Amino acid sequence: MKRHLISAADLSRDDALLILDTAEELAQMADRPIRKLPTLRGRTVVNLFYEDSTRTRISFEAAAKRLSADVINFSAKGSSVAKGESLKDTALTLEAMGADAVVIRHQASGAPHRLAGWVRGSVINAGDGTHEHPTQALLDAFTMRRRLGRLDGLRVTIVGDVLHSRVARSNVLLLRTLGAEVTLVAPPTLLPVAVSAWPCEVAYDLSAALPKADVVMMLRVQAERMNAAYFPTVREYSRRYGLDAARMALLPEHAIVMHPGPMNRGVEIAAEVADSHRSTIVEQVANGVSVRMAVLYLMLGGADPGGGAPTGVAAGAAGAISPESTGALEVAR
Amino acid sequence: MSGSQSWLIRGAQVCAGGIADLILTDGLIQEAGPGLSSAGAQVLDAVGLIALPGLVDLHTHLREPGREDAETVSTGTQAAALGGFTAVHAMANTNPVADTAGVVEQIWRLGGQAGHCDVQPVGAVTSGLEGRQLAELGAMADSAARVRVFSDDGRCVSDAVLMRRALEYVKAFGGVIAQHAQETRLTDGAQMNEGEMSGLLGLTGWPAVAEEAIIARDCLLAAHVGSALHVCHVSTAGSVEIIRWAKSKGWRVTAEVTPHHLLLTDELAASYDPVYKVNPPLRTAADVEALRAGLADGIIDCVATDHAPHPVEDKETEWQVAAFGMTGLETALRVVHAAMVETGLLDWAGVANRMSARPAAIGQLDQHGRPLEAGSPANLVLYDPAARSVVDPAQHASRSRNTPFTGMELPGQVHATFLRGEPTVLDGKLAR
Amino acid sequence: MHARDPLAADLAAGAATVGATAGRAPTGAATAVEASTVEASTVHAATAGAAAATAPPGHVSPGQRPDGKTVLGPDEISRALTRVAHEILERTNGGTDVVLLGIPTRGVPLAQRLAARLTQVEGHLVPVGSLDITMYRDDLRLRPARALGHTAVPASGVDGKTVVLVDDVLYSGRTVRAALDSLSDIGRPRAVQLAVLVDRGHRELPIRADYVGKNLPTSQREIVRVLLTETDGQDAVVLGPGRDADAQDAAGSGAGLGAGR
Repeated sequence: MKRHLISAADLSRDDALLILDTAEELAQMADRPIRKLPTLRGRTVVNLFYEDSTRTRISFEAAAKRLSADVINFSAKGSSVAKGESLKDTALTLEAMGADAVVIRHQASGAPHRLAGWVRGSVINAGDGTHEHPTQALLDAFTMRRRLGRLDGLRVTIVGDVLHSRVARSNVLLLRTLGAEVTLVAPPTLLPVAVSAWPCEVAYDLSAALPKADVVMMLRVQAERMNAAYFPTVREYSRRYGLDAARMALLPEHAIVMHPGPMNRGVEIAAEVADSHRSTIVEQVANGVSVRMAVLYLMLGGADPGGGAPTGVAAGAAGAISPESTGALEVAR
Repeated sequence: MSGSQSWLIRGAQVCAGGIADLILTDGLIQEAGPGLSSAGAQVLDAVGLIALPGLVDLHTHLREPGREDAETVSTGTQAAALGGFTAVHAMANTNPVADTAGVVEQIWRLGGQAGHCDVQPVGAVTSGLEGRQLAELGAMADSAARVRVFSDDGRCVSDAVLMRRALEYVKAFGGVIAQHAQETRLTDGAQMNEGEMSGLLGLTGWPAVAEEAIIARDCLLAAHVGSALHVCHVSTAGSVEIIRWAKSKGWRVTAEVTPHHLLLTDELAASYDPVYKVNPPLRTAADVEALRAGLADGIIDCVATDHAPHPVEDKETEWQVAAFGMTGLETALRVVHAAMVETGLLDWAGVANRMSARPAAIGQLDQHGRPLEAGSPANLVLYDPAARSVVDPAQHASRSRNTPFTGMELPGQVHATFLRGEPTVLDGKLAR
Repeated sequence: MHARDPLAADLAAGAATVGATAGRAPTGAATAVEASTVEASTVHAATAGAAAATAPPGHVSPGQRPDGKTVLGPDEISRALTRVAHEILERTNGGTDVVLLGIPTRGVPLAQRLAARLTQVEGHLVPVGSLDITMYRDDLRLRPARALGHTAVPASGVDGKTVVLVDDVLYSGRTVRAALDSLSDIGRPRAVQLAVLVDRGHRELPIRADYVGKNLPTSQREIVRVLLTETDGQDAVVLGPGRDADAQDAAGSGAGLGAGR
């Protein structure tokens, strides 16, 4: 049964557009004197963050609070988890607390899948290992649509460590669903062995790919990868795959530059690029709150989908949201 | 020993042969043929059942000493008997490691005391399984446990020189080195088969070449020094091809495959349920087909369970931190039935060969794997091929519940198992 | 959306009846329409957004009527709106500091039509916008989560203004209650008034309309369907037999409430 958001593949085109349109409406709130809606009053959202991530956690926290939900923050440091409590026992504790939704970030791919089998509430994946980060992809798509006015036929180039990037995976899936064309650019060592089966193009030459890009998304590259021989030196990586001012000049006039953060200034992206008018890095953060508000509202704002025992997640088929023609949204159970 | 109960097994289908009766007396098959009678013998109605020589497992983890929370020699051999096994080889990765005469004799004795099936200890190749120095292979061979199969299973003997030495050394006493083929550097942090699924699921991939490269190297080494190599748990189509090539050269290479690699693929990892996490990992459908074909034509000599019990807390976690391994003793014959017999790839004589005769020969257990005829030791299993049921690990004798077949309907059921003429399993339940 | 500009057509009809008071040349009327169109570009977007996000249930194509009796035809609707517009002007000192906010879905085109009439009479632009109340509903937990309608508050804001909420049908009063809550989180109007095309009775809260197009006594088993050119291709108010609670809700705007408005 489906009431979780674990992979971008869980969203149909209608689902995704509904989230983006809802986020568009909710974005207006930022300009109001009272940045609060009563909609999720009485609902409890737990932020279960096993990995340090101030940015994403605060984003989810702000989103939940603006909808008047109660927020409980659970970070791994200094908690029972650090003392070796298992994911399952933590889940049972959250159950006992009556969490309506659990937002989980975890270093193990698949942790949200496991969690979904142990809690009654909705599970929202805030990043699991190297698997997926669906709300990041949603806020990226939202940002692209706002800046460029469309998603259909948009040419998006994603550059960097695709092999280890959950942001890349979610973006490839979601952008394809929304009708955009994705090209991945990376050294061969940082691409999955079976990437040719993915719904996107692959290229090794960044400079050649840029003139055709409406959007360039730079992924963070960890210097430690050098020690596992993914690339010889940071310098060589930067020279071949970094977005500096010279490469930025190859972009079409309207093209934008995105980065999920945090950035390695000088490695994958030059400071002047990050600070240029093309860069959406700062607005991605604000958009993140609106998008996450939309997700929380659509998952928790309506009727409880049946309640009852934890049902887990069917293989490959986690929470799907499908709108009906009346505009009402069914969170399919 | 006179005074022990005789048995008259009536109306069984004896492997590929016809229907026959068997009289078991004093640990041997006294007579085999139609229309037998025996005064004072207990009669077992075996109409509709298939009689196979007692199954022999070349690869089991009994966990004792050291991890008795997962399994003990007693519970593990109970599971073996329920699966139709009369002999199992207990792998050496216990705690302490079975790398001395003392530890292997302890395990051998525990097996004898439990009495559910024969336990043949496997000796470690290197001290402590550390891959640095040869263990006292000779002492283990000379011990009461009479070790002939040596393996660092769990780990690979990756140092090429050390593997060469081990292969050479065991020639002195007719031993065989069983290699767990896994190039360590290529599988650093690996979680599942490297392929389409691993890319989608964000789990570090375990490339097939990490297994195949070691197998190729070791076949060449064994040929070069004129020794015998056994390859544990073959899992890829490429490995089958390499072994086919080595055998075509006349080299002394044998190989085993697990039941789960004959039935399951890496697509199951999509649920992130670590019950599907195993070393070597589940592979693709193409690999499963190649393994079945290899077992059918004998390139893969036998089925070995690699029964790897783990306690709940080591499996009910996120995939990354879960232990590798699946139980297998109680489901092995049924899975082979489904994967090989129901698909027409192997008949029951073939099953007897791959699950009893060949493993007994490789393990040099002369009391097991013998044809069901007069004079053979009375080690046999009676199997009901018409039964069907859903696998429920709560019913298993194994202390652990990590079977990937939970909830799956499988054919067949072991009805009775006899060890030297004494029943260890009757009516599908432990006899003692 | 239709090629023919419903506002212009509506105004033309309205202008015919108001004629003498208006004292505007048709070109003047056209200018006012254009100007208000420009100013209220967000309103058009709102309508488009509302129409796209919530394809109005019960949408019928021109010429097709749902079951029931037509209690108001296009002329009557137009006259009622004209009268309401004049009442608003009377009670707000000539429309001083008035802001019209339509409640999606059909309150929005009604608010636009009223704004056009007010603008035409008074000669200055009356700000008009939309106020979606989905997030403030008291029945959210009874149904799966609903898509949002579009909120567009005119640039002049609501602080210190007289906000006139506009909706098509007033029934239980819960929609208006939600609108008041929504409005108070946006700003602090000097006063809030309510204009509806149809008041069908059966209030469940102490809420009343300041301006009513038509009082229509109904039984709770009946459904009132408002059709507007902008959303349904024709103007009509139809009173028909209800089937079940869902049908009643579906008959109204996407932002309408379960038990009624």
